[in-house]
Parts: sequence; structure tokens; C-alpha cells
Amino acid sequence: MDATRHTSAILSVSGLSIEYRTERGTLPAVRNATLDIAPQQSLGLVGESGSGKSTLAMGALRYLPENGRIVDGTVRLRGTDLASLSPGELREIWGGQVGIIYQNPLGALNPSLTIGRQLREMGTLHLGLGKRDAFRLGQEMLTKVAMPDPESVLRRYPHQLSGGMLQRCVIAMALMTEPSLLIMDEPTTALDVTTQAVVLDLVRELKRDLQAAILYITHDLGVVARICDRIAVMYAGEIVEMAPTRALFKRPRHPYSLSLLGCVPHFDLSAEKRTLVTITGAIPHLDALPPGCIFAPRCRFARERCTASPPPLTEIEPGRSCACYRWSEVPPPEDEVGEQTRVIRTRGAGVPTGDVLLQADDVYVALKASGRSLELRRQKARVHAVDGVSAFIRPGDTLGLVGESGSGKTTFARAIVGLTERTGGQVVLRGRQLEGTVEKRPKEVVREIQMVFQNPDASLNPRHTVGEEIGRPLSLLRGVRGREREQLIGDLLASVNLPANYSRRYPGELSGGEKQRVAIARACAADPALILCDEPISSLDVSVQGTLMNLLMDRQAQAGTTFLFISHDLSAVEHMSDAIAVMYLGRLMELGPTAEVMRPPFHPYTEALLSALPVPDPDVVQDEIRLGGVVPSATEVPTGCRFHTRCPRCLGELCVRQEPPWQPVGSSHWIYCHIPSAELAADQVGILDRQQGLDSREASR
Amino acid sequence: MINFIVRRLGMVVLMFVLVSMLIFSLTQVLPGDVTTMVLGRFASEQAKAELRSELGLDRSLPVQYGTWLADFARGDWGTSVSLRSEIGPLIWSRLVNSTYLAFVGLMMFAPLGIVLGLFAGLRRGTWIDNGLSIGSLAFIGLPEFVTGLALISLLAIQLDWLPASSAIPPGANFFEILPKLILPGMTVALTSLAYVIRMTRASTVEVMKTDYVRTARLKGLPPHKVLFGHVLRNALLPTVTVIAVSIGWLVGGLIITESLFGYPGLGRLVLSAVQRRDLPLIQATTMVIVVIVMLSNLAADIIYAYLNPRIRY
Repeated sequence: MDATRHTSAILSVSGLSIEYRTERGTLPAVRNATLDIAPQQSLGLVGESGSGKSTLAMGALRYLPENGRIVDGTVRLRGTDLASLSPGELREIWGGQVGIIYQNPLGALNPSLTIGRQLREMGTLHLGLGKRDAFRLGQEMLTKVAMPDPESVLRRYPHQLSGGMLQRCVIAMALMTEPSLLIMDEPTTALDVTTQAVVLDLVRELKRDLQAAILYITHDLGVVARICDRIAVMYAGEIVEMAPTRALFKRPRHPYSLSLLGCVPHFDLSAEKRTLVTITGAIPHLDALPPGCIFAPRCRFARERCTASPPPLTEIEPGRSCACYRWSEVPPPEDEVGEQTRVIRTRGAGVPTGDVLLQADDVYVALKASGRSLELRRQKARVHAVDGVSAFIRPGDTLGLVGESGSGKTTFARAIVGLTERTGGQVVLRGRQLEGTVEKRPKEVVREIQMVFQNPDASLNPRHTVGEEIGRPLSLLRGVRGREREQLIGDLLASVNLPANYSRRYPGELSGGEKQRVAIARACAADPALILCDEPISSLDVSVQGTLMNLLMDRQAQAGTTFLFISHDLSAVEHMSDAIAVMYLGRLMELGPTAEVMRPPFHPYTEALLSALPVPDPDVVQDEIRLGGVVPSATEVPTGCRFHTRCPRCLGELCVRQEPPWQPVGSSHWIYCHIPSAELAADQVGILDRQQGLDSREASR
Repeated sequence: MINFIVRRLGMVVLMFVLVSMLIFSLTQVLPGDVTTMVLGRFASEQAKAELRSELGLDRSLPVQYGTWLADFARGDWGTSVSLRSEIGPLIWSRLVNSTYLAFVGLMMFAPLGIVLGLFAGLRRGTWIDNGLSIGSLAFIGLPEFVTGLALISLLAIQLDWLPASSAIPPGANFFEILPKLILPGMTVALTSLAYVIRMTRASTVEVMKTDYVRTARLKGLPPHKVLFGHVLRNALLPTVTVIAVSIGWLVGGLIITESLFGYPGLGRLVLSAVQRRDLPLIQATTMVIVVIVMLSNLAADIIYAYLNPRIRY
């Protein structure tokens, strides 16, 4: 049985171990990895950063940096042992039989060559085509990946195309030679949700139409649930579990898989705000791996045996293997929610209704057009980054703000905190009108509103210790000095689960998650009423994201802090928020309590975002509503409803000509749309309703 | 692209006007009176006044500037006070000589520097790379009069392969004087070579780390195609620009080298003009050098835009 599997598999890796030689000694980056992928199959390789996913994939192709080498194991591609090939033969495999799609399409394409030139190369190199024929094949491939206007795209340079279009070019390039294996290394991570959905559709179609096997590398459980047939979970260089997708999501058997599923928000529209399951500790360093099971130090199921000797990856049922001694005792994920998480409170029940902490009235921010485009400068064009936004936040609540990149979310937050001066409208905090900039605001007001930025590397001063960083707002805004200051710094560090001795460290000595915790502690140091969190978790690993979201929730429960939580990740926003505002091109499209915004009737834009959301549950059936094109430039906002150029439900003339009204739906829910809410409600299906509908239909059969 | 060049040209003209004002006003505040320089300390006031009006020095400054610039634009650059000869033909012959030397120097360091830099960048961390890095570091700090003297004592005096003096008869053609250009050319090249090597090496190392080079390699391209098709164009971008900018200096700024070898180029002309406080000559030579520097900068901009599609706006 094993032999037949190997011959039918396109890629067959067995016992692969890869080492890096470094100054600190030899690092075993991948250990004893075994996997195979059959034609038309897709295997998801899931794990956090540093788990060795990319090293495994690239090492299998014998593409390693100079200090990396394969120390053990074999890799067969359609039966050929790659180790036996000469460099020349190997190059025929690269590109010829293996197509690779990369994380950052803009970086993966040569900036000074046209798309056509870069596609053509594949044809002339591997297929022996003449330049003209290869060029024509490139055009054909672009058509195949649904590229609009492929002819003109071929003549363009990478910087002239959007991220989604570039990724299509990279995919087209990989497909030129009809490879038998496609390696996709986080192909949608750098893209917007709506673009990601379009690219994922394309990958699904390709999977159906091609014979190729797909190795899909990602950290995003939502994406694997949508794309992959089987999943291999990697942890610190080892595959710890391998299972069919549905089986893994329904009943993970390795404690790490279980925790990984637990630490991502599940988009369950629950009425309570609940913490996520977290994993204590951090991934072990490769030069200090624990002697037994590598996950044992962080595993709550670990027993003496686990720390004594490493559990082998064994088949626990047909098609499923797991490297755990206690896999049969690992509980189903539903039980985890009850036992391992805490309810913070019911959603939207922070305070009596009617009470408002912060109110934004018709806020405008027009920025000078940056960039050096002569045309823009001549018109003295202004970017209407925030174009008339009204919203309010209740004390003790979290308002989630979602939208694609370029929708003006960050500018709105900066206008509230006073880092960017608004050009119109009012911001009112507890009945007091706020001045436009931080400089003009009295200290007391500055103290009340603090901000956590997306990139902690940029927002923490590398030459200040953690203690100085947290101590500054203490002394500047609260006038705390001396021993009391030291005491408070220690308390603040403890509140973000960092030991007190971290106060003497520099940001460079901290991990990404730790830096962001320091940034949160610094924001809390002023004892503010409102903290604006601008994509605070986007740059972090999933397990760290979970911990940080818990931290924010706990802070809210204990100190009653109000949050504006900005994210492009709808499931994180759904998880965190009491109310949600959906923003598009500088204006809100919808505003209301979380449960209402996430259920029909919703704005067509909200509907499209929800449809694009990769829900980490393979059973959820989503509508395929896809937005074409990109967000229009904020220097030329479309007439009428600004969403009409991309709206799948656009009514025509009315939407093009006239600005839509703010329709009230219920007591505190508004939709900015011409279509009557009753009509929307009749035509729209919620994500979770669809699943239940299907289940009941199937049950009745 | 045309639009881009036109705009850059406009800026060159504007810059030229500003610099010409600067040159004009600088020479006005230069210490020493021209008339005293020319006529000697014991000249009568009347003789001085006559010379002033002859030179136009008695008119108002804006008028002086206007006539001066107009004359300059017309090619009427006046007469050298110290050499008592027409400035136009004088500068022209020196410019030709300087161009010869610049060309020889450029040919010595540009191709070699690029090749060595690429080599070091591609073989990063090997003994070749380390050797080149240390060697070029050593040369980058050496002034031209040290390298020049060392070359003279070695190649001209000890080995007697090349002439030590580069004095040449006026109007000689390029191939007649080529042997005399080699030593000063080498002196110039040694200083710039190290710079070009280090620059090329750094950008090659940078480009080799990029994702698109990884893409090119994993397309299955053989190493030479990766190098010529994908690495070179991006890696040479900064180097080519720096070389183009350096042309201005090569033509107009080799004062030390030219003096050392007694080579009649523009640099030496500037030096003697300054030493003798020859105002018209200082102005004219400086203006010519400014034009050369600005044109070489313009060339660098255009080459950069041509090689880099991202800045064609």
C-alpha cells in the first residue's frame, strides 16, 4: 500500500531533515518531515512563523541558502529522486515541473522588466518557444487567470499594477509550463480581504482544472479551511499532525492543533464577549529544543512520559497521523470554549444606553496629495481620506472599524487622537469639543485618548528602555514620579503579562508580541478613557494575536476602558466589538451593534466583506460575492454612492447620481444605501444561517 | 520620458542662472583689486580709472552682470588679463585636453570597477571579496598626490616605462599624446576605482537578496541568465549614476593631478587664473565647469530614469 502511494504521488517527501549552520551552532530547522501529495490534491502546511514551513518546501526543492543543507531523507518528484540530479537537471525541474507562487508579488517580480518579458522567459527557457510564441503563451495564461486586458498588462511594469493583479501575473507565470506541482507560499497574506477572496477563487478553479498537486503554505487557518484537502500542522520544525481538512477542524488530535484552532476568533456571532484559548510560553529556540515532545513545555496535557522521549508521528486512523502520546484524550474544540475561555460580559452591555463617551460629527480630513505626480500637483488635488464620518462610542464598549486598505480607517483614528488635523466636523469627548491637534489640547484631554499603532517596531523608540517608554506618559500626563513611578511601571508590565525586569530592556531585545504588549502598557499608562488600536495585531502570529486580544478584553473588563479597534480582519473585529462601523473610501457604509451588522440586512459592502472572509470552518458555505477592481483613488471619489463602481447590487442611475440616505434599521443600526433595508433583508443570507440551512436540509433528506 | 527630460532641462537652465549670479558676485568680493594686479602697485589713479572703464568696472553691478552674461552666452568670453590672450580659444583647447584625460581615466576605472564590484558582490564572504574590500578601502583614503607620486616613481623613474611629465604641445591629437595620458589617467582611476568597486559590490549584494532574484533562480534560469537578465540592470543602477555624475569632476576638477603631471587641462587653468587673480578667466573657466557638471548630472538623471521604470513620471 505504501509503495503504490509513493508512485501515484506527485511530491513525496520522506524523513527530510534540514540544518542551518550558524555562529551559534547547527540549527535543525526541519526534522524528519514526511508528506506526499497526489495529483489534484492540495496539502496545507500550517504553522506559526519559525515553524519551518518555508524551509521544508524550499529545502524539498534543494533551494536553500548557503548555510542550509539536507542532512537526511529523500524527496521524490513524480518518482525522481531530486538528490540525484545535477544542478542543470534541477533547474529544469525548477519552473519546469514546479511552479512557485510567493507571498509578496511586488517583490517577486523584477521591477525593471515588463510583465511580458518576465512571463516570456518561462516559455523560451522550458518550452523551447521562440520569443513571439512565448509572449503569446504569456498572454494566454493571463487570460486564463482572468486578468482584465492582458495585452496591455504584458507591456506594463510591476509597479503599475495592483497587488491582486500582480499575484495573478505570478500565478500565470507559474502556470506557463503546466507544472505538476504548485508551491504557494502565503500567496494571499499581503493582499486585502476582498482581493484575497478573488485570488483564492482562482486557486480553487485551477485546482479543479489542472492535474497539478498543490502545496499551500500559510499561517491562516481560515484560508486552509477554504482551499486544502489535507493539512499538515508544523511546530518548531516538525510535522505534529496530518489529517484531512474537515477532520482536523472538527476533531484536532494534537494539543497544538487544538490550541491553534482555539486562539483564532471563530466568527460565531455569540452574544457574549469571550476570551480565546491561549498557548502559554513561546516556540522553543532551535538550539534549545526540549528532550521529549517539543510541545510538552507548553502543553497542558503533558505528562512525565511526554518530557522523557519524543512521541513519533504515528498513524492513528487511516489517512491521519499525529505525534502525541495522549491524542485520544484531547477533547473536541467545543469543550475547550467552555473550559478554557472566560466570558467577559454580554455584548453591548457595557453601560446604560444613551450614554456616549466619544462622538464624531461629520469629520473630514483632506490631505495634500503626496507623491510626485505632476498631474496631481497641478490640480492641487486633495485626498479626501475621511469624507464626512459620524460615529459614536459608548463608554466601556469597543467599536470595531473595518474596511479595505485605503478606506481611511487610520486617518480617522489619527484625527480623533489629534495627530492629523481634521479639516471639518467635530470630535466631542464627554460633551467637550476637542481641538484639532494634540498640541492645542490640554494635557487632561491628551491623557484621556491614547493610541496603539500597527507596527510596534516603529512606534517604540529603539533607544529608550521599556521602563522609560512606559514612564514617559506617567510623568508627563499624570505627574507621577520617583518610587511611585517605578511601582506603576511594574504594575503596568504585569498587566500585560511581562515580568517587571523588562523595564530595563530595549525594544530590540523583545519579540514582536512583547513589543506590542509594551505599546499597550504605554497606552494604558496615561490611564485613558479611550484607546485607539490601529491594526494592533495584524503583524503578529496567530497565537500572539489571541493573547493580545485577550489582554485588551481583560483591560476593558477591569478598568472599563473604551476601545476603537481598527482592523481589516472582520473575524477579529467581530470577536472584539460591541458595535461595528464599516468604512469605504473615507465614509461609513454601515454602523450598528455587532450582532446586527453581521446579520442581514447589511450594506452590500459589508455583505461583500463577509463573503470574502475566510472562515476557519470548512462546513461554512459562503456566498461568492466578489468585488471587482480596486478601491478608487480618494482624489476622485465616484459620484452618487461612492461604492457604486464596485457594488454588486448597484441599482443604476439612482446610485450613480444621488448620494444614498442613512436608513435606520432598528434602534441604533444604520445603513448608507438606496436599497430599502427590507429588500436587502429578503435577499441576503448570513454566513452562519447558510450553514444551518444546509445542515437542516441535509438532515431532512 | 520626453516630458521628464524637458522638465530637467528647464531646471538646468534655472540652476545655471543662479550659479552664474553666484560666480559673478563671488568674484566681486574677491580680495585684491584687478587694476592693481594688472598695472602694479605704483600705477597712477588715472591709469587705474581708465582700465576700470575699459573693463566696464565703473558701471552698476546689475548692468555689469547683464553684459557679462550676454557676452558669455554669445561666446565672447573676453581677454585674459594675465595671459593677454582671447579666453574662448584658450579654454576650448584646455577643454579638449581635459576631455582626453577624463576619457582615459574613465575607461580605466569604470569597466574594471564594475566587474570587480560585481565579482566581489557575487562571491560575498570569499577571500576575493575580502581582499578587494580591504584593498579598495586602502586606496579610497589615499590622496591623488600620493598615488600620483608613487606611480611616477615606480613606472616612470624606476621602470622607465612611461613619461613622468605630461606636458604636451598644443593641438596634438589624441593618439600622439596617449602615452602621456596613461600615468595621470591611472592616478585618477585609482581614486575612483575603489569607490566604484564598493558601490557596485554593495548594490549587487542587495539585489542578490531580493525576492525577484529568488524568483528568477527558481524559474530555472541558469546563473548567467539570472545575472545578465535580472541582477545587472538593477545592481548597476546606482553605480552608473555615480559614474555619470563623476564625469563633471573628471573634466573640470582634476586640479591636483594636472598640476602634478604638468598636464595642460582645465583644472590647471583654473588654478593659474586664481593665483593671478585673473578675473575674466576665473569667471569663464568656472562657468564652463559649472555647465559641464550640470550636464553630467542631467545625463545621470536621464540614464537613471531610463534604467529604472519606476521613476518615469
